[in-house]
Amino acid sequence: MSGITPDSAPKHFRTALAKVRGRGAAKSGTGDFWMQRMTSVAGVPLTIMAIVIGIFLLGRNQAAAAQILGSPLVGIIMLLFVICTVVHMKIGMQEIVVDYVPDESTKLTLLLANTFFCWSVGVISVYALLKLSFGL
Amino acid sequence: MADTLDRRAPVTRPISPHLQIYRLPLTLVMSGLHRITGFVLYFGMLLVCWWFLAAAQGPNAYAKFQWFAGSIIGQIVILGYTWSLIHHTLGGIRHLIWDTGRGFGPQEREWLAAATIIGSLALTFVVALIGYLAMGGSR
Ligand code: HEM
Repeated sequence: MSGITPDSAPKHFRTALAKVRGRGAAKSGTGDFWMQRMTSVAGVPLTIMAIVIGIFLLGRNQAAAAQILGSPLVGIIMLLFVICTVVHMKIGMQEIVVDYVPDESTKLTLLLANTFFCWSVGVISVYALLKLSFGL
Repeated sequence: MADTLDRRAPVTRPISPHLQIYRLPLTLVMSGLHRITGFVLYFGMLLVCWWFLAAAQGPNAYAKFQWFAGSIIGQIVILGYTWSLIHHTLGGIRHLIWDTGRGFGPQEREWLAAATIIGSLALTFVVALIGYLAMGGSR
């Protein structure tokens, strides 16, 4: 069992890259970890701006709301907010699922539902914002 | 085994953290709240999505959204969403500070946890107040 002698001791302690690629409970490696940090950093200013814009739109009628949401600066900020958030929340929910769901098939079903939900919310929001900007 | 236990003097002090004397650490509560608010915000994006879509669709669709937003339930949902968003963002900033390797000391931890909850409640109050005034105060 303990065959470790000075001769056979490992020369280095890093696991070979090929062995860790695609590992982790969601089989996605460290890419998601980094993406979660990036969307968090970007999320801070975007969230603050989204809240300010939200306050600005309170109580306005549809014509005014559509005009403001369709203006270039507000439209771009909201597009960035939505894209950043759906990427962030997909990884976040994936983390919650793999933490609490040990059963492999239930886990995969929930991960699939998560992906569908985030893509749907993202695409519908982006569609609405583009329509407001370009009146497609 | 049973023999040893029998001969031991009765223990009178609490032998493990007990429900009645256990103080829930603030840092633990904040950790849980970060996850719960993240979960709430996930479904809250449906509200944001509906808002954009209603504005893009036209006056009738927007009127439906505004009817919901103005109802008691809508007001509670929006207030909860606002607090969740602010709390989760402050909690997220705390996570980002940790990612730089800072903020793990015994006092820093407590300080950051307290700042997160006090900050989120205070900022939510300010945002709600501005929103209330923007809607024309009590009508
Ligand atoms: C509406 C916007 C947002 C949604 C829907 C959202 C959603 C989520 C979800 C579902 C999680 C997983 C929770 C967990 O694993 O405990 C999460 C984690 C996280 N969120 Fe957000 N979030 C949003 C905004 C933000 C913002 C603006 C920040 C800015 C700092 C942020 C920072 C973080 C961080 C750092 C984590 C990882 C926590 C950890 O590693 O345990 N989030 N988010």
